[in-house]
Amino acid sequence: MTAMLLHTSGALVTLLIALIAGVAIGETHIDPTVVFQVLANKLWAAGYALDPIDEGIVWNYRLTRALVAAACGAGLATCGVILQSLLRNPLADPYLLGISAGASTGAVLVALLGLGAGAISMSVGAFAGAVVAFAVVVLLGRASGVPGATGQIILAGIAGSQLFNALTAFLITKSASSEQARGIMFWLLGNLSGVRWPSVWLAVPVALAGLAVCLWHRRALDAFTFGADSAASLGIAVRPVQLLLISCAALVTAVMVSIVGSIGFVGLVIPHAARLLLGTGHARLLPASALGGAVFLIAADVLSRTLIKGQVIPVGVVTALVGAPVFALILVGRRHAR
Amino acid sequence: MTAAVSVAEPCVLSCSGLGFAVRDAQLLHDVHLAIHRGETLGLVGPNGSGKSTLLKLLAGVRSPSQGAIHLNGQGLKTLSRRTIAQTLAVVEQQADTLDTISVFEAVALGRTPWLSALSPWSAADTAIVEQALRDVDAAHLSRRTWRSLSGGERQRVHIARALAQRPQILLLDEPTNHLDIQHQLAILNVIHALPVTTVIALHDLNQALGCDRLAVLERGRLVALGTPLEVLTPERLLHTFGVHGHYLTDPFDGSQILRLRAS
Repeated sequence: MTAMLLHTSGALVTLLIALIAGVAIGETHIDPTVVFQVLANKLWAAGYALDPIDEGIVWNYRLTRALVAAACGAGLATCGVILQSLLRNPLADPYLLGISAGASTGAVLVALLGLGAGAISMSVGAFAGAVVAFAVVVLLGRASGVPGATGQIILAGIAGSQLFNALTAFLITKSASSEQARGIMFWLLGNLSGVRWPSVWLAVPVALAGLAVCLWHRRALDAFTFGADSAASLGIAVRPVQLLLISCAALVTAVMVSIVGSIGFVGLVIPHAARLLLGTGHARLLPASALGGAVFLIAADVLSRTLIKGQVIPVGVVTALVGAPVFALILVGRRHAR
Repeated sequence: MTAAVSVAEPCVLSCSGLGFAVRDAQLLHDVHLAIHRGETLGLVGPNGSGKSTLLKLLAGVRSPSQGAIHLNGQGLKTLSRRTIAQTLAVVEQQADTLDTISVFEAVALGRTPWLSALSPWSAADTAIVEQALRDVDAAHLSRRTWRSLSGGERQRVHIARALAQRPQILLLDEPTNHLDIQHQLAILNVIHALPVTTVIALHDLNQALGCDRLAVLERGRLVALGTPLEVLTPERLLHTFGVHGHYLTDPFDGSQILRLRAS
């Protein structure tokens, strides 16, 4: 019990340090003390005398950005863990099931055909697209699959991703002006610019709720170690649990993609790294992956803002540039460990 | 044995009119079977005769297309998966994982049906897992990783995991498959010594002679049920298995040995 308290407080301190660093580092350097003072002013009305510009940057721009990055990273990593565990496939991640491709199509449809206006309706479009794509993938997986087999849904996900990516490309080529196309491409590659407090109030509760649902089912996830039949014989209601947790992953991913666009590799790399470090027990794996995802995406966001002076690289580009080599190292390392 | 089994009989697990079909293929036809408390029932039959299918149905892992199964007098369909898993444990054929998992963790999975989301792992659970490992003579493997185990060791760990469920009934699907002869005999000794009702699918007919009763399956039908010497007659061996067989008496202990030749 004391060990658990120690781990939990350690994790929270790590997350806090990452958040503070994410807020302090940027084009305008802001001292961590100032960050604390802004937080104290806003949360407890501490009354420190501060430059209102600094205060605005910290509270309205950098803090919201860091919090959304943390929530997205945590949410995507959690989704990666449960998809890999349930589908018994090390390649499973939120993007493999066509969810992000569908979200992109939905967002692009809204942006180009003008179904409503502004960023909020683009998010709604992304969400609807994600749900439609996921439904298509699940139905295709069911129609083609032998009962109990989980490999089919991955093949269906690949087919679904290709279909919706093609639709997105078709829409952009057919309807977008070059300026629109550039904006959409930027969003598709993952973009944390422009997130404000409403996004925080959406992303953080969704990430926490997703984590809580998965933690509640941690023993069921453990029971899938030797496959779905083995889980059934251990007393797990396989179909309902799979449906609940995969839907949970789809919803969390859809919400995250609708806020920040496609950010790849977090759901794939972070769970693998956590498994290597901590083993496969989900009671530890889930919170560790969530923490790792949060810290990773905050760091990636800082890199995306500071790598090229005066320019922001899409954060999805940074996660892929860092994630792909790390993933390659993990693969090679696993081979040697055997 | 085709008479319908009434629910009132003193049997722990029974099925009546049991059938299973995948698309157009009928894999199991009209099976009636009653398994008595404490017995070891062997399932024998050629490849594809439906042994594994029958075990999966009895375990509730698959739902039957026709017929019903009763566990301690209650319809299997009416029981929750968790309740079934508290009564009945399954040792699958060749269940494997790529996860890095220790032997202790693998056996600890057997406690799953007894633990809810809020109940913490207790010292009693640890004691049950350690006892299960001792029961299959694998206590020394506790800290090893799954991947480092041999086939025989893995099979013993699977049985330990099933025992950690504290079941009344144990279903085993060819537990001696792919093991060397020493481990085959060791596993069978472990199984016969267990104080639970056991249903075991077996390929080796001489090993099946050690069961209390045998059920012979042929192309999805139950064609014989009784003591090993009653059902494994030379006619049955020729008809169902396509081999000639006769019995020899072991000069050392007087037991029967089945001598088989190609037909």
